[in-house]
Amino acid sequence: MKKSKSTEKKNKSNDVGLKGLPFLLGGLFIILWQLAVDILKIQPYILPGPVDVMKALYKERILLLSHTIVTLSEALIGFGIAVVLGVVLGILMGYYNIIRRMFYPLFVISQTIPLIVLTPLFAIWFGFGLLPKVLIIILGCFFPITVAFTQSLLKTDEDMDELLSVMGASRWKSFLLVRIPQALPGLFAGLRIAVTYSIMGAVISEWVGAQKGLGIYMTRAMTSFKTAVLFADVLIIVLLSMGLYKLVEIIERKITKNIIY
Amino acid sequence: MNKIIEITQLNKVYYGPEDREREGLGVLSDINMRVDDNEFVSLLGPSGCGKSTLLKLIAGLDNDYEGSISLRGKNPKNTRIPVCYMLQKDCLIPWRTMISNILLPIEIRKGNIKTAKENLKSLIAEFGLAGFENYRPSQLSGGMRQRAALLRTYLMDGEIMLLDEPFGALDEITRMQMQDWLISVWEKHRKTVLFVTHDIDEAIYLSDRVIAMSNIPGTIVGEICIDFKRPRTRDMLLCTQFNEYKRSLMGLLTND
Repeated sequence: MKKSKSTEKKNKSNDVGLKGLPFLLGGLFIILWQLAVDILKIQPYILPGPVDVMKALYKERILLLSHTIVTLSEALIGFGIAVVLGVVLGILMGYYNIIRRMFYPLFVISQTIPLIVLTPLFAIWFGFGLLPKVLIIILGCFFPITVAFTQSLLKTDEDMDELLSVMGASRWKSFLLVRIPQALPGLFAGLRIAVTYSIMGAVISEWVGAQKGLGIYMTRAMTSFKTAVLFADVLIIVLLSMGLYKLVEIIERKITKNIIY
Repeated sequence: MNKIIEITQLNKVYYGPEDREREGLGVLSDINMRVDDNEFVSLLGPSGCGKSTLLKLIAGLDNDYEGSISLRGKNPKNTRIPVCYMLQKDCLIPWRTMISNILLPIEIRKGNIKTAKENLKSLIAEFGLAGFENYRPSQLSGGMRQRAALLRTYLMDGEIMLLDEPFGALDEITRMQMQDWLISVWEKHRKTVLFVTHDIDEAIYLSDRVIAMSNIPGTIVGEICIDFKRPRTRDMLLCTQFNEYKRSLMGLLTND
């Protein structure tokens, strides 16, 4: 026991070092970027420096915040529905072979249609409101969740299944007792991929047409050559995606920690 | 003595996925055997002789065979008859604590967990697991995991324990300790055991009777009664009588 604890500590200190590394590299990149812009005297509408971006971010903060709220709520609604859909479909396809055989190919086909085609179509069909955006996000997000969850639900341990059946457990009971908990890490792997798609999906669908949102604001900034604002907009998108990713990680840790009886 | 298991003229043929129409591979051929109440019987044979398959048939996991199996006069093909069943793999659920793993059979048959927990205390001590109730399987040693799995098997509410090489995955020394421990616990409770193994010494040391099997197709080539007194001791493994048993079993197993 003592030995394992000390090695754990060692690993932890190594982790801290590794965690600092990306920040160090990022910082270095930002400094180089600023220096390049200053030394080569690049016009800010072509490539703004980090300082310009921060200035734009500060100047436009109120407007950006209102657009952020719209995009974030679209993403969360879409992602939330996709999670429910993905979990239900995963359980159905993991449990019933027939359902998996029937629907799996259709789901794959649904992913081969470029979202970029669907966004204007959805705008024509459903207008410029919330619905088409949420639909695009669901389409982008449910697939990785469903696939990851289904695949991990399909992993079987024949010995375990036999033992449970000798104990008198029904197929559904052993599915609940063993398969679903064992598939949770797989589900969360899917959720982590999907959550980064959610903001992206919102932005893409806003591009085509929206009253508010980071996507439409981005196109406005672009057409008026406010490149620094565009960069600030992108920065927010990156931060939002990272934040949501982190949130999923935290929820995963909470849930997996609590699965102890 | 009352017989608890009786198997007569049992044949099992395995058909691969492609040779349904072809002859198939004989797994078990003309098996006739019985196990009596409070008896410790070992099925001894090389790997692939179908001894694990036979256990599965008795447990009701596979109904694709000819002949008859009767468990207390009932056929496991038609009705589910509770048995205690254990594999070489401990099959403990990794995210459950040891105690909730052990209580799993009671949880599945919707028994009262609380009273079961109370009644379990002395058994947990007897199985050498006291103090580790809330540990996860990964935190326990191989021997402890196997003992926990055995205790879970014991709680499976059957009249007979079907043990499929329960110590097969353990190292030699741990296995010896587990055998000593199992024999002492068994001599106290005397619950009927059908024990599958490919270890001759283990079979002689533990059993009242050893049934020897040969492979392809699996048949019973003979059986011997072990007349050592109980409680058994390790010293019995060193006496001439032990070697006589071993010689006759080796004769049965290699004579094909």
